[in-house]
Amino acid sequence: MAETTTHVAEPTRRDFLYIATGAAAVVGGATLVWPFVQSLAPDAATVAAGAPVEVDLTPIAEGQIVKVFWRGKLIFIRHRTAEEIKAAEDVNVASLRDPQPDSARVKEGHAQWLIVYGNCTHLGCVPLGQQGEYHGWFCPCHGSIFDTSGRVRGGPAPINLPIPPYTFASDTKIVIGQEATA
Amino acid sequence: MSDHPTTYVPKSAFGKWFESRLPIAGLIHSSFIAFPVPRNLTYFWTFGAILVFMLVAQIVTGVFLAMYYTPNAGMAFQSVEHIMRDVNYGWLIRYLHANGASMFFVAVYVHIFRNFYYGSYKAPREVLYILGVIIFLLMMATAFMGYVLPWGQMSFWGATVITNLFSAIPLVGETIVSYLWGGYSVGNPTLNRFFSLHYLLPFMIAGVVILHIWALHVPGQNNPTGIPIKSGKDAVPFTPYATIKDIFAVVVFMIFFAYWVFYMPNYLGHADNYIPANPAVTPAHIVPEWYFLPFYAILRAIPDKLGGVIAMGSAIVIWCFMPWLDTSKVRSTAYRPLYKQFFWIFVIVCFLLGWLGSRPAEGWYVIASQICTAYYFAHFLIILPVLGFVERPLPLPNSILESVMGVQKGGAGIPAGANAEPHSKG
Repeated sequence: MAETTTHVAEPTRRDFLYIATGAAAVVGGATLVWPFVQSLAPDAATVAAGAPVEVDLTPIAEGQIVKVFWRGKLIFIRHRTAEEIKAAEDVNVASLRDPQPDSARVKEGHAQWLIVYGNCTHLGCVPLGQQGEYHGWFCPCHGSIFDTSGRVRGGPAPINLPIPPYTFASDTKIVIGQEATA
Repeated sequence: MSDHPTTYVPKSAFGKWFESRLPIAGLIHSSFIAFPVPRNLTYFWTFGAILVFMLVAQIVTGVFLAMYYTPNAGMAFQSVEHIMRDVNYGWLIRYLHANGASMFFVAVYVHIFRNFYYGSYKAPREVLYILGVIIFLLMMATAFMGYVLPWGQMSFWGATVITNLFSAIPLVGETIVSYLWGGYSVGNPTLNRFFSLHYLLPFMIAGVVILHIWALHVPGQNNPTGIPIKSGKDAVPFTPYATIKDIFAVVVFMIFFAYWVFYMPNYLGHADNYIPANPAVTPAHIVPEWYFLPFYAILRAIPDKLGGVIAMGSAIVIWCFMPWLDTSKVRSTAYRPLYKQFFWIFVIVCFLLGWLGSRPAEGWYVIASQICTAYYFAHFLIILPVLGFVERPLPLPNSILESVMGVQKGGAGIPAGANAEPHSKG
């Protein structure tokens, strides 16, 4: 009897079975977890409802900020005045927290239209328009300040207000959720 | 519950038959009847029982609310108003539940600071204590998701701010957030899953509470002297002494609870939450519930998104390391003249942080939050370790009995056998 327990140098067929069974259980378990985790992701209806939307710009007066929704997310469409455009362009880009020239944040030839996501990049509050030191936006929650190009200029927000994907279908109409194909 | 061999012997034939198959009566007898309790416990030690009561109260009121509540973004707000106006006594059940959350946190904070003051977290109670921190974290998650359910303005924006904390995680943050939301923003799928989890988590809390009580019954309770039970004279049996005292404390706490429910049921809430959720407008001033304010102040004190989130998380996680950060051999602050002062400074700093969390993030409030946050962490990382080496504690009494009755001479004080002597921990 004692002999059988002392000689264990060679892996046996039973050891192989233990390891193979254990590995199968781990892989099987992980595979079973996958659908449950995936069910948490945005579902098909939500994705379908996130198709591009058209916005007519004609009713938006100069100096006005209009709020629209795309994919449940708030988007600001700002018809900038000449002074606001100038203020956004006359900035030393290198001094910014998230350096971006104003020209990179608007479409060429449409500098009067600034289209940005309307949730603060800190924790998602809605900043108030035409307020704060740079008369861009001011977030009332934690004090982030944005300029007339939607770039962060103060407070805890780490990056500029992001630009949603959009394209100009004509001079007075944009499609949000669709990039120019050219 | 653990190494206290029960002397319980069932009297009836059925009792004997049942006990030999499921020894639950013996378990209850050894844990809650014969269990030795230090004779010098104060009312600060009744908050465990108060917390058990609050957990049960929240589950019972919550189960009834779930019968009338609709977890749908289009109907949730209406269904809460339906509970308030149409359901018989719905107003009472909802106010009990909403204020019950606050009362739960009142009790848990007393419980936590009692633990800090008397060094209950030190060996041999580290696991017991860390289980308590886990319960606290589960309570925070449950309370947060519960506050989202009425789908008012504070619900929606609170959910937006808190879920966005996860977007600070590098690389995978945005993905995690969309998996939390079940969409591209806080919406109906978010409300659905929060309701599901809000219903689940209290039962997980109940499970960890059982472990917490189990871990408590291994070393037994700490006490105001911090010294262990050395003989039967240091202790009294749980029943009737602790049982009656706990019940009395729970009743007094219920009066306190009822005052809020019946006289100022909305005082601890926010008026903005009676406005239906509107994703286009942020309330002028977003503040969390009062019990999250100190942590919220720490979050806002750091002028960096990821840094703020890390600081806020660390503010709680650091508690888990207290048994090892505190180098003092003496448990009870009653015998630590220096630490006593630092303890109360710490309490004041926590209240200050709470107040700062309720202020807007501007001007000197930000600087004050930063100073308090720095002190908060210094308390754990510098003061606790250093004091253990430099402080000269006061002499400890020889026993719990001596601390209560004074030094006894020649055993003339208490006649032997005058107390019912429970099992000694030795």
